[in-house]
Amino acid sequence: MLIPLADGEPGNRVLTLSLFSAVVAVTLYITWWASRQNKSAADYYAGGRNFSGAQNGLAVAGDYMSAASFLGISGQIALYGYDGFLYSIGFLVAWLVALLLVAELLRNSGRFTMADQLAFRMKQKPVRTAAATSTIVVSIFYLLAQMVGAGSLVGLLLGVKGEGVKAAVIILVGALMIVYVTIGGMKGTTWVQIVKAVLLMTGTVLITFLVLLKFNFNISDLLGAASEKSGKGQSFLQPGLLYGKDLIGQIDFLSLGLALVLGTAGLPHILIRFYTVPDSRSARRSVQWAIGLIGAFYLMTLALGFGAAALLNTAKGSAVEASKGNVASPELAEAVGGGAGSLGGSILLALIAAVAFATILAVVAGLTLTSASSFAHDLYANVIAKTKPSEKSELRVARFAAIGIGAVAIALAIPAQKLNIAFLVALAFAVAASANLPSLLFNLFWRRFNTSGAVWSIYGGLVSAVVLVIFSPVVSGKPTSMITGADFAWFPLSNPGIVSIPLGFLFGVLGTYLGKDRSSEERYNELSVRALTGAGAEGATKH
Amino acid sequence: MDEDVVRERDARAYEAVHDAADFKELKRRYKNFVVPWTITFMVWYLAYVACNNWARGFMNTEVIGNINVALVFGLLQFVSTFVIAALYGRFANRKLDPLAAGLNAKFKRERRR
Repeated sequence: MLIPLADGEPGNRVLTLSLFSAVVAVTLYITWWASRQNKSAADYYAGGRNFSGAQNGLAVAGDYMSAASFLGISGQIALYGYDGFLYSIGFLVAWLVALLLVAELLRNSGRFTMADQLAFRMKQKPVRTAAATSTIVVSIFYLLAQMVGAGSLVGLLLGVKGEGVKAAVIILVGALMIVYVTIGGMKGTTWVQIVKAVLLMTGTVLITFLVLLKFNFNISDLLGAASEKSGKGQSFLQPGLLYGKDLIGQIDFLSLGLALVLGTAGLPHILIRFYTVPDSRSARRSVQWAIGLIGAFYLMTLALGFGAAALLNTAKGSAVEASKGNVASPELAEAVGGGAGSLGGSILLALIAAVAFATILAVVAGLTLTSASSFAHDLYANVIAKTKPSEKSELRVARFAAIGIGAVAIALAIPAQKLNIAFLVALAFAVAASANLPSLLFNLFWRRFNTSGAVWSIYGGLVSAVVLVIFSPVVSGKPTSMITGADFAWFPLSNPGIVSIPLGFLFGVLGTYLGKDRSSEERYNELSVRALTGAGAEGATKH
Repeated sequence: MDEDVVRERDARAYEAVHDAADFKELKRRYKNFVVPWTITFMVWYLAYVACNNWARGFMNTEVIGNINVALVFGLLQFVSTFVIAALYGRFANRKLDPLAAGLNAKFKRERRR
């Protein structure tokens, strides 16, 4: 398969490469600048808690709008029409769970990691070990999705292909993310997210405007042209092209919907963002900003996706189809800029490619920081070390952990090239919803909840989600499975959420009653006062 | 100061705030807002997911031009998310923050005692 992107046009490639280099240079400068202000643990883990609601809102949106959603969702719409749009609705509504039930209470009751909030009233070692395990597992799944995407994407955007190039790109992206995280900490990573979010929104607004201009801002005409060009007629605008073909498919779709809407508020790399603001009020502001930005962004992907369907060749064998939709947005940028070979087309293509690259870099940095923080703060400082280590040595461990996690991610991503990106992302959401959300909510709202309840709920949710996927058609039993030629799929759904999320809650209840321990109730009053009023919550650092 | 002494002093201050009438009121207001709205948006979202699965005839109904019920229903999920986020923000600013600020001050006073 030949991807006709920037092929035979060395001028294009030079332009794209120089924009890529500019992205790297700017982000490295930010990292270096931030590193000079990192003094304490609160600086490294939480950016000094000095970001404003609007700044953190941009950073949250930056963390959330991964390359998978930027290129993936618009690509899915380009290929499957209306059904491609469904992911983004779950992704957006999910923020209400974060806004109403989690963000502010977590900001008030925790310090650096997701586990802090549980450790507030439970036995440190078991809950920190469990929470760190699920933090690292969720982050690695998500990280793998981004890096696998980066490998094929950057090659595609630069117009080069081959396994060697993919591996080289993965190593380069991995090395950069290690530098951002070890040197810049949370402050550097947050600024990288902010820059990326601004770039992404600007690029998307520009292309959306140009697409709509072509249709005189008549949405109905755009939809009509898309359905006609797709060759699928009205069904392109109706539910059913991708999901819910039979009863199993329909239950599978419901299961996916549940994981999407409940997963966000359990994603560790999103949760620790709420520690970067000075108080719960700014945590609330940041979620509101994020909802506005993410919502606007997903609305624009609708124009991008249907625009690509209307203006590009998406038939079988086309570049868009061959890339599973991933090149729809960059190709669309080229088309609305004036077409292949034109100056406008080349510039827009290079611009969107650079935005996608910045997106990948920013998201992987956020995930690596999350895992490294949890390793150093939860596992090393509170479980592994015999005596409480100094802040300095804890931070040293965090930096080494970032290098270690980066290396593991590189090592896993290179052989994982064949894995489906959307599947990895959906799995991360399912694990987050099954393992993390139940214990977060129980801890805040159920006095009786105790250490064994938390441990059961986290491990129970984590194991059920992962085991169900292993025995699902995603892994075996179908021509599209990861392992072909074997069939051990006794679980019929590709998305485990509908079973594993209730199991996560159920394990929490069972563990609580079977554990019998009631000592966790002693500090429940304290936790609820602190969570609701912010009394005694960690403040911003002063320089 | 000794760490245990600090802990004990803080614990007493937290209990004092917890027993305050204002805190019970804060908790009540928070729950009375959050519980019904969470149920509302979850039911509304799951209704949308279910209609995609099991009410395709309804979803395929034309509204205007090429715009059908499915698309409008999807866009309404955006609208409802924006509206609920704004309503919660307004409610929290007006009804929760002032109480929380008062209790926070009480906590600081209690801790100095």
